[in-house]
Amino acid sequence: MNSSSLSDTPPTPASTDNFASISGKSVRPGDRIFLGLSRGSGIALLVIMAAIAAFLTYRSVLAISGDKANFFTTLDWNATGTEPKFGIAVLAFGTVVSSVIAMAIAVPVAVGIALFISHYAPRKLASTLGYVIDLLAAVPSIVYGLWGALFLVPHLTGLYGWLDDYLGWTGIFEYGDGAARSLFTVGILLAIMILPIVTSVSREVFLQAPKMHEEAALALGATRWEVIRMSVLPFGRSGIISASMLGLGRALGETMAVATVLSPSFLIGKSLLDPGGGTFAQNIASKFSEADEFGQDALIASGLVLFVITLLVNGAARLIIARRKEYSGAAA
Amino acid sequence: MSTLTDRTQVASGGTPLPVSLKQARLPRWTPPVLALVAAGAGCGIGLGAGLDSKIQWGLITALLYIFGTYALSAAVEGGRQAKDRLATSLVWTAFLLAVIPLASLLWETVARGIKVLDGYFLSHSMGTLPDAMPGGGIYHAILGTLEQVGLATLIAAPIGLLTAIYLVEYGRGKLAKTVTFFVDVMTGIPSIVAGLFILSVWILILGFGPSGFAGAMALAILMMPVVVRSTEEMLKLVPNELREASLALGVPKWRTILKVVLPTSIGGITTGVMLAVARITGETAPVLLLVWGAKTINSNPFEDAQQSLPLYVFQQWQQGSEASYDRAWAAALVLIAFVMILNLVARGIARWKAPKSGR
Repeated sequence: MNSSSLSDTPPTPASTDNFASISGKSVRPGDRIFLGLSRGSGIALLVIMAAIAAFLTYRSVLAISGDKANFFTTLDWNATGTEPKFGIAVLAFGTVVSSVIAMAIAVPVAVGIALFISHYAPRKLASTLGYVIDLLAAVPSIVYGLWGALFLVPHLTGLYGWLDDYLGWTGIFEYGDGAARSLFTVGILLAIMILPIVTSVSREVFLQAPKMHEEAALALGATRWEVIRMSVLPFGRSGIISASMLGLGRALGETMAVATVLSPSFLIGKSLLDPGGGTFAQNIASKFSEADEFGQDALIASGLVLFVITLLVNGAARLIIARRKEYSGAAA
Repeated sequence: MSTLTDRTQVASGGTPLPVSLKQARLPRWTPPVLALVAAGAGCGIGLGAGLDSKIQWGLITALLYIFGTYALSAAVEGGRQAKDRLATSLVWTAFLLAVIPLASLLWETVARGIKVLDGYFLSHSMGTLPDAMPGGGIYHAILGTLEQVGLATLIAAPIGLLTAIYLVEYGRGKLAKTVTFFVDVMTGIPSIVAGLFILSVWILILGFGPSGFAGAMALAILMMPVVVRSTEEMLKLVPNELREASLALGVPKWRTILKVVLPTSIGGITTGVMLAVARITGETAPVLLLVWGAKTINSNPFEDAQQSLPLYVFQQWQQGSEASYDRAWAAALVLIAFVMILNLVARGIARWKAPKSGR
């Protein structure tokens, strides 16, 4: 069926015996090899995915069955010795909280920048900016981590003292005098890290908004904001969602930037500004060097949870986009 | 509103006057002047209240500007215009707020990295140098990164390319749909999970030690979906007429793909592969789990621990002395420069060899 375009071609009257034998019933050997190779690569990809799930699950089962405490609710990570007790409660909390903070900061700002580039900036500036943003998306995460730990953290103490003064009564924004190596800082850094990618995807979508709609709105006397609200944003909504999910996926799995900035502890603190907490990826990176084989299995178990969470997030994003595509019609 | 009613009265009075249809607008210089005033006020408040963090100054300025513009515009121009101005100032502030940290990141890296970056730094390894001492270099890390990324590309590029060819040229039915779906899923795998997978198979189950090759396999997993996606996009841009013309001449399908489809899209494919390379070059997490890092030169990627640039940055940061911070910044600068050059060259190729789509 795949090679129907070839085998269905009727042999031309002018064709010699040689040709007829090739284009007759059997597929040419070259085609068969090539199809086999390319289909094989596709299957290899599937096999790799299956293997990732299978092996991580296998090692995780080993770890969780050796865990003397509840894997999901324990507030401790002690995977050595005869009585290993470890759980992912703190990690799950820290991962979710830091990613939510990152999304809350990054998505509005990124949409703002994307709109700036697509609809507000002078044209020359806009194309340069788009280029620069794309380049920034390529800056390695370890560089963000280094910058966050050595530059951002010392600069945030003032802001945190301020937040403590005015919002300290909420409990969430209480702040002692330590270094600002907290989950909130991680959230800010993650927001800065995912800005370029969210911006660049949203900008692509905004630029594709139908010009006719915009001009129609302008002709009716709409202001620029009304044009954006009525024709650009509705068109770009699914794009913004998919961009955000892409960013969320990165924020959830980010390792090095968190490992350098956060000062981890296995407590769920009330305040977001005080140091402490942890994320899945950060915990794996910082606990790995001192872990024995069982300890590594325990880390693999936490990695499996992270894997499942990112799969769910990506799946949700794809569902949203697929549903939007069906009735928007504009993407066609 | 009042001007409008006046105008209608005049019109109904039967004397068509050349009245201006424009509503009252703020002069063009208002936003910049307001911004200056807000900045002045922000700095004033910051100085007066003794706020030591410049971030606070910026936030106060931004708030003052946004509300100032809104209030002024609401008073002079009316509600709809005020909303428009509010959106404009929010978009501008968002842009400025975001540019500052990103610019600072680049600036800090360059300014702090340039200090120890010289020929010696690039051509020597750490050797037996104590961590707190100045000196040493990143030769071993550059070598390790090049080998690991090279091996990863050797694994991932052919598989990714062939998968994309399968999806575009052959793919119909269930298998193709499944592959497409899982390529998307694979794009979202956190790098540390890819590292853990190789760790569980290669090191824990098969019993190999850490090596550059182990890291390369994890990097290859991260690279494959990126290559598939970008190649797929490029192959889809090749006009169908080219394929049909070639097939109509009796050229076998596989030769059509190799001689017509691939050459047409080779620019875009190269770009995609290079961007994928740039992406995995900066990956630290899998390298940390699988390659471990070394202080001396190990040119054999198949045996024993190696160093890599991102991991070197991380380990120097962990040492926590002034000298090692300097080295970390310098290595980060080299890493950024490498990734940026790859990006620029890749985009240059894309522009230079852009396929002429038939539409």
